Amino acid sequence: MSAKTGVGASVLRKEDFRFITGKGQYTDDINRQDQAYAYFLRSPHAHANIKKLDVTAAKKAPGVLGVLTGDDLAADKIGGLICGWMIHNKDGSPMKAGAHPALAQGKVRYVGDHVAVVIADTYQQAKDAAEQIHVDYQVLPAVVDMNKAKGSPAIHDVAPDNVVYDWHLGDKAATDAAFAKAKHLTKIDLVNNRLIPNAVEPRAAIGDFDSGTGIYTLYTTSQNPHVARLVLSAFVGIAPEHKLRVIAPDVGGGFGSKIFIYAEETVCVWAAKKVGRPVKWTADRTEAFLSDAHGRDHISHAELALDDKGKILGLRVKTKANLGAYLSTFSSCVPTYLYAPLLSGQYDIPAIYAEVEGIYTTTAPVDAYRGAGRPEATFVVERLIEKAARETGTDPATFRRKNFVKSFPHQTPVIMAYDTGNYTASLDLALEMADYKNFAKRKKDSAKNGKLRGIGFSAYIEACGIAPSAAVGSLGAGVGLWESAEIRVNPVGTVEVLTGSHSHGQGHETTFAQLVADRLGIDIEAVSVVHGDTDKVQFGMGTYGSRSGAVGMSAIVKAVDKVIAKGKKVAAYALEAAEKDIQFKDGRFSVAGTDKSLAFGEVALQAYIAHKFNGQDLEPGLKEGAFYDPTNFTFPSGVHICEVEIDPETGVTDIVKWTAVDDFGNVINPMIVEGQVHGGIAQGVGQALLEGAHYNADGQLVTASYMDYTMPRADDLPSFNVGMTNTPCTTNPLGIKGCGEAGAIAAPPAVINAITDAVGHEDVPMPATPYAVWQACQKGARKLAAE
Amino acid sequence: MYAFNYHAPKTVRQAASLLAKNTDGKVLAGGQTLLPTMKQRLASPSALIDLGHAEGMSGIEQKGRNIVIGAMTRHVEVSTSAIVKNAIPGLAALAEGIGDGAVRNRGTIGGSLANNDPAADYPSAALALNATIITNKRKISADEFFQGMFSTALEEGEIIVKVSFPIPSKAAYEKFPNPASRYALVGVFVAKKGSDVRVAVTGAGSNGVFRSKECEAALSSRFNARALDGVKVSASGLNADMHASADYRAHLIPVMAKRAVEKATAK
Repeated sequence: MSAKTGVGASVLRKEDFRFITGKGQYTDDINRQDQAYAYFLRSPHAHANIKKLDVTAAKKAPGVLGVLTGDDLAADKIGGLICGWMIHNKDGSPMKAGAHPALAQGKVRYVGDHVAVVIADTYQQAKDAAEQIHVDYQVLPAVVDMNKAKGSPAIHDVAPDNVVYDWHLGDKAATDAAFAKAKHLTKIDLVNNRLIPNAVEPRAAIGDFDSGTGIYTLYTTSQNPHVARLVLSAFVGIAPEHKLRVIAPDVGGGFGSKIFIYAEETVCVWAAKKVGRPVKWTADRTEAFLSDAHGRDHISHAELALDDKGKILGLRVKTKANLGAYLSTFSSCVPTYLYAPLLSGQYDIPAIYAEVEGIYTTTAPVDAYRGAGRPEATFVVERLIEKAARETGTDPATFRRKNFVKSFPHQTPVIMAYDTGNYTASLDLALEMADYKNFAKRKKDSAKNGKLRGIGFSAYIEACGIAPSAAVGSLGAGVGLWESAEIRVNPVGTVEVLTGSHSHGQGHETTFAQLVADRLGIDIEAVSVVHGDTDKVQFGMGTYGSRSGAVGMSAIVKAVDKVIAKGKKVAAYALEAAEKDIQFKDGRFSVAGTDKSLAFGEVALQAYIAHKFNGQDLEPGLKEGAFYDPTNFTFPSGVHICEVEIDPETGVTDIVKWTAVDDFGNVINPMIVEGQVHGGIAQGVGQALLEGAHYNADGQLVTASYMDYTMPRADDLPSFNVGMTNTPCTTNPLGIKGCGEAGAIAAPPAVINAITDAVGHEDVPMPATPYAVWQACQKGARKLAAE
Repeated sequence: MYAFNYHAPKTVRQAASLLAKNTDGKVLAGGQTLLPTMKQRLASPSALIDLGHAEGMSGIEQKGRNIVIGAMTRHVEVSTSAIVKNAIPGLAALAEGIGDGAVRNRGTIGGSLANNDPAADYPSAALALNATIITNKRKISADEFFQGMFSTALEEGEIIVKVSFPIPSKAAYEKFPNPASRYALVGVFVAKKGSDVRVAVTGAGSNGVFRSKECEAALSSRFNARALDGVKVSASGLNADMHASADYRAHLIPVMAKRAVEKATAK
């Protein structure tokens, strides 16, 4: 194995050639013979009863093959979409989940909700026909503001006060006791702004039905095709799993939004049989804004109790989480079990108590988005910590250092047990890289130029490697969160890695091949990665929560170890030696103490020709599978330091310096990891400075296009200084922690801590647009003249 | 997009006659606003009369003390024109800051002025530079031409053919972009020609481009950035939306004016 392509090498991405030469095969690139097109008629109202839905004229329009409604779904006994994680209220009762039909059944609950689908020979015809559907709406009041949801008209009858759940975590009595002893309290009110994912590739689906075999095929933009098949089979009831194939081909970005099972793909695969033709749908960008699951959207109040030496005694958090109009696939766990267990951050906090209300509103469903709960937790913790440091007159680095967890393993009061970490090491390196000691001078220089300079810290932790099946099962998950792998060695010694993980930008085709080639001592070009097709790959759980390295690759090494073990048996026969004397090193099986050896490929050939086996003792072939179930979450951590310069005349914030020091455990491909860090920071800066979904009081999405929704652009971002400290994870075989979400988790509080430092008070919202920062400057406690 | 008839007249006269025959028809210049609107089914003209093939509508020339730009001249041509850069560098710089490369390759000056989007850049240049809009029927001064947002002095069947810009002694444009669309949230074009100082503001007014009397008064006595110190612009009549309040826009007008003057007076 060449050092250039082994574990730890920055191998260029194998998949990029096809992507940058336009040879990628995305769902919309696929066309089936006699394909028809679906157009979804969507609700223009946030909340309305459908008094009458008349599709007669539309059905007669040119090219129309069918117009289907919620009544047709009911007639075919097609079930609703599900939420796969049961959350229980404080009193132990289950959450209140309203029905979620793929096409509206009597009521629409957000602008963009699915009223009917038209299927026609062309997309244009389907769209034209949809204009002839007559809907008589009885408009009901929109419910947009979470603080006013209770007492507003019920969105679902099952939840009369629009509260999905009232959940808590932690020890209330112990936390109250800690607060009673406190010498100083720091309090903060925060809004974690709502985001719209905006993957480059919009969602798309093709449903296909083979009347000869009775098999459905669904091509879709999914991060987890097996989970999609499971849901569509077991819950929605399209077809049993062996009669439903789900293919997620090249997928152009997901960020969580393509984990979920949506109405559109459900309808396409169901309708394919009804109209007898393959049915294709590709979202336009407006549909993506309206109907992709959004992210974040929390309102929180948090309090920190400190003793007289600035040590943290306790933390109290009360959060309202907007879940939108329906519970999307994993929505319920994001503001609960993916959020509150992270509230201990990197700190030794003896007592924590968190309360979370999940709220229905007449807005698009909200679900996991890059970081999923952890950015929300980190924003609360790191804004509160920063404010506490300022209030107690302590340097923010010193305040953090004093309160860091320093010995491991560490059991937090909120479920998580951190296996390992070295928070001081990443802080020290970050301070040095950021040239923290000369910040005061830089601030003075900025002031001379009429600019406000500020510095902000974010010492984040996240729980990745999702997740031990037993643990998530005990917390209400409907699935286990292991991963699977199969290593298929061909007779010539080339290898196919079948993985239940799914790559939609992460570079698995490179990193997985790097790992396998390294372990087997073969050329990286001799390894290919197969994923995204339920007919090819054994059951798998997919990619989200930075799990593909820690969980997916752990399954791969488990299978690789089995291949090597089998290879030793094969080599023993081939080399006529005892199995215990066979050693495997650098791609060769050799007999200890002799010069007899066979290369990996030769052993593969022996396994398939099987000429030297005794028939019964050893099976021919070389193919092994493994399932890996993690024993703990992994806990990547790090310190990001953001330095900003603000033009108080305009409110424009310029990020002048960004230092990121992360601890991801062992790293397979540093270039890809650094790329994940860059992309994560870009998204986090997007949340902090630019992005914010906005519904008006009528429930209309004002930010439904790039005219009003601000995506981060290259010129919004500085060059990042990226460093790493490394404490390998102790609970998986590779020592990997995961890196996919770190930047998006770390960045928002780093930016806002820097801006609040610059303007001299805490009242800066996200996104901190120039307008918002200009307003903050107007009430700035710290004027330039006073510097 | 709904179906429509497409016409590609060879002359302005033919275009005008097609426009008269197709009462629901629309003139297509660069299509950077009209085509997206049609794609979203928000506009459904029965016919498009494409000026892209009409003779004599494109090009840049200096005529005496004026720069004359054909209506179908693309933004990229204005931004890279040696004539414009030499005579009115602020106008070339404005064109260079419109939209992105794709927009600048298609969008035209005539289309932008005829559309009179309240956040477009060109109207501020035309108004501040005291341009003359030359149509197939007459000449219209910029002061007369802009009549409120998306509204101009153009009559039925009237097509912009050329725009003539008197060469100023000093001029520059400063734009504060909307963070999302990067249209002007507030764009200020300042121009000085002899003793005449004109300051035109785009993006801010709820009724489209307008001249800032406050800034003009301050700069008329002394065309210097410091002359704008302490100048306040009233927020009344300014836009307010999720991106900026009227107060913020009012605040930004003298700030952008000041920066534009700094540019215009920089050596």
